[in-house]
Amino acid sequence: MKAASFSYVKPAALNEVFDLLERHGDRARVLAGGQSLLASLNLRLSAPELLVDITGVPGLAGITVSGGTLRIGALTTHRQIERSPEVARHLPLLAQAVRHVAHVAIRNVGTFGGSVALADPAAEYPACAVALDASLVLAGRGAQRRVRAREFFRGLYDTALQPGELVMAGEFPLSGEAYRSAFLELARRRGDYAIVGIAAHARLAAGRISDARLAFLGAASRPVLALRAASLLEGRPLDAQAIAAAQATLDDDLELPADLYASRATKLQLARVLLGRALGALNG
Amino acid sequence: MDQTLLTTLIVNGTSVTRRVPARQHLSDFLRDELGLTGSHTACEHGACGACTVRVDGAIVRGCLMLAVQASGRKVDTIEGLSDSGELADLQAAFHRRNALQCGFCTPGMLIAAQDLVTTRPEATREEIREHLSGNLCRCTGYQAIVDAIEEVLAQRRGAKT
Ligand SMILES: Cc1cc2nc3c(=O)[nH]c(=O)nc-3n(C[C@H](O)[C@H](O)[C@H](O)COP(=O)(O)OP(=O)(O)OC[C@H]3O[C@@H](n4cnc5c(N)ncnc54)[C@H](O)[C@@H]3O)c2cc1C
Ligand code: FES
Ligand code: FES
Repeated sequence: MKAASFSYVKPAALNEVFDLLERHGDRARVLAGGQSLLASLNLRLSAPELLVDITGVPGLAGITVSGGTLRIGALTTHRQIERSPEVARHLPLLAQAVRHVAHVAIRNVGTFGGSVALADPAAEYPACAVALDASLVLAGRGAQRRVRAREFFRGLYDTALQPGELVMAGEFPLSGEAYRSAFLELARRRGDYAIVGIAAHARLAAGRISDARLAFLGAASRPVLALRAASLLEGRPLDAQAIAAAQATLDDDLELPADLYASRATKLQLARVLLGRALGALNG
Repeated sequence: MDQTLLTTLIVNGTSVTRRVPARQHLSDFLRDELGLTGSHTACEHGACGACTVRVDGAIVRGCLMLAVQASGRKVDTIEGLSDSGELADLQAAFHRRNALQCGFCTPGMLIAAQDLVTTRPEATREEIREHLSGNLCRCTGYQAIVDAIEEVLAQRRGAKT
C-alpha cells in the first residue's frame, strides 16, 4: 500500500525540531531511519500530517566512551553499532544482540533512538538497556533529563517520552572485568522480531554467580527482569541444580502473553530453554 | 494537495532533478518517474527485499526510504549495476545454477549478494543465508541461490591470488 499524503521537513538544528513539534503537536511525527515509521505509514496504520526528519541535526550520531560510560547517540545506525569496536569491547551484550535486529538493508538505515522510542516489546535494545541498567537521555526545549531504562519502557509501544521530547542518546555504564553477558533469541525467521529472547548479564567469580540481570524480550508488554530467578541464583555456583531452579521460577516472573503463533505454554517452555542456554553461556 | 519538493539525486551516475511528492518512496520514484522498473515492489513494508537498491554504497529498502530522503545521495539500481558489468559474474552464476525462476526477487537478490561478496569474501553458506535473510524468494527454495553465490565467492577469491 501507499502512505497517505503528508508534508516533510528536514531541519538543520535541534531548536527548529522543537519549534516544529511544538507548533504541530500530535499532527507531527519524528522521522529517524524510517524503518518502522515508513512501514507503518505505507500500511496506513497512522497518518501524520508532517514528518520532521531529524537526520539533518548535527551531533546526534556516534559512539563515545568516557568516564565509565558508553554513550550511543540516537541517530547511530544498527550497522554502526554492529561494527563498533567500542561496543564489541565494552558491551558484548549489545554486540551480540544487534546481529538479531532485522536484516542488513534495514540495519544500514534504522537507528538506536528510533528503536528505543518505538519500544516494541520484542525488540533487542530495550531488553539490553534494562539488563545493563542503561539510561536514556531525553531532551525537550531547554531541558534535558535522564531516565533509567527500567522506568523508560512503560508498556506496549509506550515510553516515558513526553510530547515534543526526543531521545538524544543511551548511556550504558561499563561493568567490571568479572561480568559476562549472553544474548539469545528465538525467531521464526532470521531477522524477524523475537518470539522470546533473553539479555543476560551477571558477575561470575570463583564459579559463583551474582548480580544477575536477566531481561526477557517478547515476554511481556515491555522488557522485564526475571527477579525471582535472579535472587534465587545470587551467590550460588551455576550448576545444573541452580539452573533448573531458576528455570522453574519463570512461570511467576514472566507474563508471556500468547500471540498469533505461540501459546503461553509454548513461550514459557522457550523462555526456560533460553534461560538455561544463557546461564550455560555465562558459565562457559 | 500533496506537498512536492525539488529533489536532486544521482541515479546510476547521472544527476536527476525532479519535483517529488513528499510521500513518494524511492522505489516508486525510480519506477514511475525514471522508468527504472528493475527495482520491484511487493510488500512495501520492509519484509521482502524486492525493492533493494544501493544508496551511497549501502544496500537499503527502496520502499522504506522517501525519494526526498535520498536527496543529494548516490542511488544505484539493478539497471546501473548491470550495465557497468559489476554484477556480471553473479548474473552468470545465477543463470548457470538456475537461481531464478520467475525472476521477481532477482534484482534485489543480486544487489544483496553483491554486498555480501564485496564485504565478506570468506562468507560461509550459513553467512550467505544470513545476509540474504531479508530477501524472499517464492520460487527457488534458496538452495540454488546460495550455490550461485558460493561459486562466485570462490571465483573471486581465486581471481585475487
Ligand atoms: C522487516 C523488518 C524487520 C525488523 N526487525 C526488527 C527486529 O528484529 N528487532 C528490532 O529491534 N527492530 C526491528 N525492525 C525495526 C527497525 O529496527 C527500526 O530501525 C527501528 O525500530 C526504528 O528505528 P528507525 O530509526 O528506523 O525509526 P523510525 O522508523 O524513523 O521511527 C520509529 C518511531 O520512533 C520515533 N522516533 C525515532 N527517533 C526518535 C528520537 N530520536 N526521539 C524520539 N522519537 C523518535 C518516530 O517518531 C517513530 O514513532 C524491523 C523492521 C523491519 C521493516
Ligand atoms: S517492497 Fe520493499 S521490502 Fe518488500
Ligand atoms: S525467482 Fe521467483 S521469487 Fe525468486
